[in-house]
Amino acid sequence: MSEHTISPEITFAPKHDGGTKHIWKTFWILSAITVAELVIGLLIYNINKGDTPREFMILLFKGVVCILTLAKAYYIVSIFMHLGSEIRNFIMTIVFPLILFVWFIVAFLMDGDSWKQMRNTDAGSKTNTYKKEMPAKKQGAKD
Amino acid sequence: MMWYFLMSDAFTFGAFLISYGTIRFSVNEWADPNAVFNSFPFAGHANLPLAFVSLMTFILIFSSVTMVLAVHEGHKMNRKGVENYMILTILGGLAFLGCQAWEWTHLLTAEHVTLLSNGTMDAIPTTVTMNPWGSVLSHTELVASLQKTPHDQLVNIASTINHSGEAASHNLSGLSNAQLIQQISASGIHATQAGPIAFGGYFFGITGFHGFHVFSGVIINIVMYIKTKLGHFDQRGHYEMIEKAGLYWHFVDLVWVFVFLCFYLI
Repeated sequence: MSEHTISPEITFAPKHDGGTKHIWKTFWILSAITVAELVIGLLIYNINKGDTPREFMILLFKGVVCILTLAKAYYIVSIFMHLGSEIRNFIMTIVFPLILFVWFIVAFLMDGDSWKQMRNTDAGSKTNTYKKEMPAKKQGAKD
Repeated sequence: MMWYFLMSDAFTFGAFLISYGTIRFSVNEWADPNAVFNSFPFAGHANLPLAFVSLMTFILIFSSVTMVLAVHEGHKMNRKGVENYMILTILGGLAFLGCQAWEWTHLLTAEHVTLLSNGTMDAIPTTVTMNPWGSVLSHTELVASLQKTPHDQLVNIASTINHSGEAASHNLSGLSNAQLIQQISASGIHATQAGPIAFGGYFFGITGFHGFHVFSGVIINIVMYIKTKLGHFDQRGHYEMIEKAGLYWHFVDLVWVFVFLCFYLI
């Protein structure tokens, strides 16, 4: 009965023989992704500094950073938290509810954007009055 | 059960971050993270965007690795190994909390010259009710607003610019408004409009909630370390509790990955 002292929560049989190689490999992958994110972060900073920031490029790089973050999350959950070695049904129990986040994010960000439109146009009764104040930025920026 | 708890916690953090995103999408201007988080301890006023927060990120990733190694040693029933890696993990957690304390202190005390909503200028820090990180003011706008600013605020601005202590700011209060305005506008300072107030609330709220998770994770890890040291897990025949504490610790790292993305990178 000794195996019953281990609760059924952890459903996979841990490999006692396995080395720490895959752990360090994951560490290097995570570090590399973080460094890549920082490089892109600095790139965004430098694009943003000019007088006419290229909005599209900034948006593109921000999208890339989001994807890299998801990759990092995958490695942490799958290797460090061992979810990748659990049985399939258990993985689905955890991952499936998280799909709600897709709707959650899309709906709420659209809501926020709609508020901005309403505010800038007085609920559609006038044209958008908001303009980015670039000339002011040019004169005032010192550092 | 740990997994279900973590899932509910993931929804809590998700809701916080999405609410932050909603507010950010609903306003025209938002604080530029590279301008807000550009300082480093002992580096003075050097402009180092992303530097300090990447240090914090690496500390947390590394303490996550030492946690997996502790779990790994636990599988091998190696008590000494678990103890050593738990100590490293606890130190990593404390280092992260120390960094966060520094960052908060810096934001809450460093004052910036800002145009307030009542049309006057003042030097204000970043708090849950004040946000100096709006768009940059032009020199003419600055001078016009300084004319409307009362004496005590002018003294406050001038002493912030000069980085002067109590004694020097006493000298400044002897100057007339016109002299102060002259001195401020000649200094070529970088004045801004006030940004959305929500910034401070979301930043301190979410990083504070995450920091509290790190803090409780450190407490849990200390308890696990003591139990390992007392040989409880050897008596029990397995190190499963270390594994559960590990799940929580990795989750804290996972949340930081997203906080890092939402507040510092984009």
